[in-house]
This record gives sequence, C-alpha cells and structure tokens, in this order.
Amino acid sequence: MAASSTKSAYWKGFRDGIPFLLVVTPFALLFGVVATESGLNLLETMGFSIVVIAGASQFTALQLMNDNAPTLIVIASALAVNLRMAMYSASLTPYVGKAPIWKRAFIAYFMVDQAYAMSIVTYETRPEMSVAARVAYYFGVITLIVPFWYLFTLVGAMVGQSIPPEMALDFAVPITFIAMIGPMLRTPAHIAAAAVSVALALGFAWVPYNLGLMIAALGAMMTGAQTELWLERKART
Amino acid sequence: MTDTATTWFIIFALGIGTFALRFVFIGIIGDRALPPWVLRHLRYTAVAVLPGLVAPLVLWPAATGGTPDPARLAAALVTLGVGYLTKNVIYAILSGAATLYLGLYLIG
Repeated sequence: MAASSTKSAYWKGFRDGIPFLLVVTPFALLFGVVATESGLNLLETMGFSIVVIAGASQFTALQLMNDNAPTLIVIASALAVNLRMAMYSASLTPYVGKAPIWKRAFIAYFMVDQAYAMSIVTYETRPEMSVAARVAYYFGVITLIVPFWYLFTLVGAMVGQSIPPEMALDFAVPITFIAMIGPMLRTPAHIAAAAVSVALALGFAWVPYNLGLMIAALGAMMTGAQTELWLERKART
Repeated sequence: MTDTATTWFIIFALGIGTFALRFVFIGIIGDRALPPWVLRHLRYTAVAVLPGLVAPLVLWPAATGGTPDPARLAAALVTLGVGYLTKNVIYAILSGAATLYLGLYLIG
C-alpha cells in the first residue's frame, strides 16, 4: 500500500511538472543561444546547464564574463542570485528533512524554481503525505523539467551560431531578467528592494570590478528587510 | 571573453556553490530553525540582485556603445509592466521582444 501511494505521488508530480516545460524550454534555448553568441563552446555551454542548473545565475555569470569582470566577482554575483535556493532549502526541510541523505542530496541538486514552487504548494495542501511520497512527488516534478533544460540548452547552442546580429540578441538577457523581476514584485517591500537595487547599481556603476552590484544588492536586501519590518509595525498599530 | 580554464573554473565554482546553497538546510541544518532576521534578508536576495544587474544594461547598452536607446528602453518597460501585471514570465519575454523588434524597425 505504501509502495502504491508513493508511485501515485510520483505520477502526480510528473503530471504537475508538465506545464512548466513551457517556461523551461524557451529559457534553456535562450541560454544555449546567448552562451554560444558570447563565445562559449558546446561543452562549456552544456557544462553550465548540467553542473549549475540555475538559469538566472547562469545568465548572470555569462553577462559578467562578457564584461570581463574578475572571476571572483562573476562567481560571487552569480551565487548571490542563487541565495534564494537557500530559502527554498530551508522551506522544504520540514517536509523532506527526514528522507535518506542521498535522496536529500538529489533533491538539492535538482532544486529549480519550478520544482520548489510546485512541491511546496502540494506539501502544504496535502499534509497527510508520507515523507517517501513527498520525495517521490518531487522527483516526479523534475523528471521532464531537468532533461528538457539540458536538451534545449543543447539545441540553443547548436542553432546559436547561425543567428545574425540584426536579431539584437544582446538584449535577450536583460529582457529575460526583467521578465523574471516583474512577478517577483509581490509586496511593497519587494518593490522597494528592487528600486533601491536599480538606484544603487546605477549610482555605483563607476566602482571597479562590478562591486557596485554587490553594494546595490546589500543595500536592496536591507531595504527589503527593513520595509517588511516597518510594514509589520504599521499593521499592528 | 574569458579563457577556457577560467570558464571551467567558474562553472565548477558556481556548481559547487549553488549545490551548497541548495543543500545547506535540507542536508545539514535539518529541522533547526534559522534566526528570523536572516530569513528576512534572504527573502529579498533575488529582487536585490537582478534589477541592479539589469539596470545598466538597459540604460547603457553595449550594442549602441553605451548610448541610451529608445527601442531598448521601451522594450524593458513593456517587459516589466507585462511581467508585473500578468505574473507570467513567458508573456513578458514575448511582449518585450515584440516591442524591441517593433522599435528597432520603426527607429533603427
């Protein structure tokens, strides 16, 4: 009985993951195209998508490498984009923290935005799920998403070289990032953080080694946190 | 652009670092709770980094030698607006791209 409920949880996850292919496929294609346009070879492009599997940070690294930023700044900025993964990790822990360590390691490797978002909603609405069923569900969600991410990076990398400069692909990365920012602006605190990030990044653009971005990110995180506290206090009084 | 050895160094450093971020709580910290002030700052990381990364690219695009470009500015605004209103990344990308090409066609 336990085995069959685990199996059905896996297939439910599998079905729930399918709509996200619409997001993952073009994003992976775009990464493949932009990476090869920036001069990465096929192996390096695939290396990014397989070793890192985190689109936004891959684009961040690529952009800064194009700007010839120092290696340390490239890594620090791209990792800063992925700090949200630590949030995901923290929020999944109460639900799957008791699974075997090797399964948790795989959960960590496959922790993409879509897998997290779908899983946490399901865990919250179905508290009766066993730990094994939750893990099975998670792996169900990523069963198609992750191979599609690899595959379409490859397709993008292969067609990338044949795209002419009139296509203005230089702007594909900014547009993709801005498209991701829009839905993130859920609360006044998020909007305040984003506004401060823009203002400080432009104001400190003269700082060498792209450190202006680090200054902007720190200032914006503090702005978000303080705005949240201030709104909470205001709501209470 | 960066040389091959550096590129692979970046790929693996980023891969290991990203795995560490994904694994830190689920694998190591387990059920122990984090201080609320840490979580409160972590919540805003993505929204603190991405806009700052993008703003100079929008205002001073390399393709135009750093001169502000009306087509790119319009595309950025449309993308942000559609993304904010629809909460849909794909719609936002498509409308931004459409605005960019229309702008380049009309102006460029």
